[in-house]
Amino acid sequence: MRIAIVDESAARAAVIEEGLRDAGLTDVAIFADRHGIAARLEAFAPDVVLINLANPHRDELEELFALSRAMARPVAMFVDQSDTAGIEAAIDAGVSAYVVDGLKKERIKPILELAIRRFRAYSRLRAELDEARSALAERKAIDQAKALLMKKRGIDEPAAYAALRKAAMDSGRRIGDVADAIVTADRLMGDL
Amino acid sequence: MSNTPFRIGFLPLVDAALPILARELGFAEEERIDLTLVRDMSWATVNDRLLYGHSDAAHLLAPLAIATTLGLGRPATPIAVPFVLGLNGNAVTLGPDLAEQVTIVGQPGDVAAIGAKLAAIVRARAKPLRFGVVHRYSSHNYMLRYWLVGCGIDPDRDVEIVTVAPPFAADALANGEVDGICVGEPWNSVAVDRGVGVIVAVTSQIWLRGVEKVLAMRTTRMEEDPDLTSRLIRALYRAGVAFVDPARLDEIATILAQPAYLDGSAALIRRAISDQILFARGHPAIHVPDFMFQHREAANFPWVSQAAWLYAQMCIAGHTAPNDEDYRAAQHVFRPDIYRAALRPLGVPLPGASSKLEGGIADSLGVGTTQGRLILGADRFFDARSFDPDALETYLTGTKRP
Repeated sequence: MRIAIVDESAARAAVIEEGLRDAGLTDVAIFADRHGIAARLEAFAPDVVLINLANPHRDELEELFALSRAMARPVAMFVDQSDTAGIEAAIDAGVSAYVVDGLKKERIKPILELAIRRFRAYSRLRAELDEARSALAERKAIDQAKALLMKKRGIDEPAAYAALRKAAMDSGRRIGDVADAIVTADRLMGDL
Repeated sequence: MSNTPFRIGFLPLVDAALPILARELGFAEEERIDLTLVRDMSWATVNDRLLYGHSDAAHLLAPLAIATTLGLGRPATPIAVPFVLGLNGNAVTLGPDLAEQVTIVGQPGDVAAIGAKLAAIVRARAKPLRFGVVHRYSSHNYMLRYWLVGCGIDPDRDVEIVTVAPPFAADALANGEVDGICVGEPWNSVAVDRGVGVIVAVTSQIWLRGVEKVLAMRTTRMEEDPDLTSRLIRALYRAGVAFVDPARLDEIATILAQPAYLDGSAALIRRAISDQILFARGHPAIHVPDFMFQHREAANFPWVSQAAWLYAQMCIAGHTAPNDEDYRAAQHVFRPDIYRAALRPLGVPLPGASSKLEGGIADSLGVGTTQGRLILGADRFFDARSFDPDALETYLTGTKRP
């Protein structure tokens, strides 16, 4: 089974490829660059093409599939048109698949399911990364705000933290937001 | 009672205006619809969301609705069009060097004469010219083909036509991937603005009343809640009335330009929706009446003969082989019965007929209505042919490939 992954995000493509390889599907190629993709795809002649749903070039690729003489023509497919749950899962995860005619459903289904899992895993990874980044930024703001309070009010660190926490609770805001406001205000006011 | 949630998929194009305005100007809410707009980057994805129930309706290319019903490129699924979102609004833009050889740069010309010059260039070249259109099953493709054939150019043998996604059309022109593009606004203006393209024709010069985008729904979805469908059509109709109000131009351009919608320049969008076309950079904009036709003269009425014309073009392009059953199915995609049922209570003009001779109106003509007064403007084709939906075979055999 020969599988092409068309994705402009090299990171996501790698996550999907890794999943396929772990499942013993090793005949996989990634197409990240749009230029000259038609000739390269035709030369590779895949049985299955996986494309992220948000890829802006799907219409061009579909035309290529419809016209290609060199490769068997893959058609847009969510494995089984009666499998509504499966289709919904694919669209939710942002996967679209093109499959050449004649491939057995039983052989495609696990591939698509795997792709859906890997797409989701990638989204989760991204979300976690974003979260980690914002947690780090918040940590930094709190440290800066504490340092400012300690210097300007001549208090120690636990007292500075307690003051931040109280201000946050009193105003119903997150402690990170209060810290951010203090740092911003200090930057604006300078040594006033 | 709470509002009914309803999702409409769209591509960031000027002619997605009516669904966007139905939401932003409150017409959907007045009809107790909680309208959400889902933006995508390809027609394939807009269509997939529609087919698999991720959206309830879609801003769609009219021929794509027919192709999907006939099972071209997707498993056949009956699609219904109860409302047309607009006529024309596209243009043919060529690279500046090529444009200079066929037209007076910066102003509209006679498209037959421009086509004749293009044909001479095509014959003299060793390497075929390459044109980008937005989709295989698009009005852009069929309109471009119609023009080329009418000018003696075989669209398959003499030139190459490829698909280019609209946001990349200007790039493709700039880096020589294509010699010309046929796309909707604001993408021609973007190419002109960057100086990489010159507009040589607008599609309304090829067919004055060419059907463009439609509101498409799965037929089953449309029929399961006729009341909801009617409310939606009324909201879109009111959006159409607002769209043609000159006093609201600035407001509308600003709404369409928002990041969630077209995410583009309000100035370029304002130009397109007021029919002001900048044919080339450094030239004054020129008013092209009827460039985009979103509402007047019952433009939103889904004439069965428009679907029939598109089917004829699909046959001529070799995208499908003509047969009676498909022809009936293609025509049945357009649903004037649903349009009438929804708008009867508003007392607006409703055409009495569902089909007409396309290209048959040379001057304005009053037409029969079931209510209200309706005058249709000229709807000529550039080659003065007309299309009789009852004589498909004669039309097809009468179309001579160069």
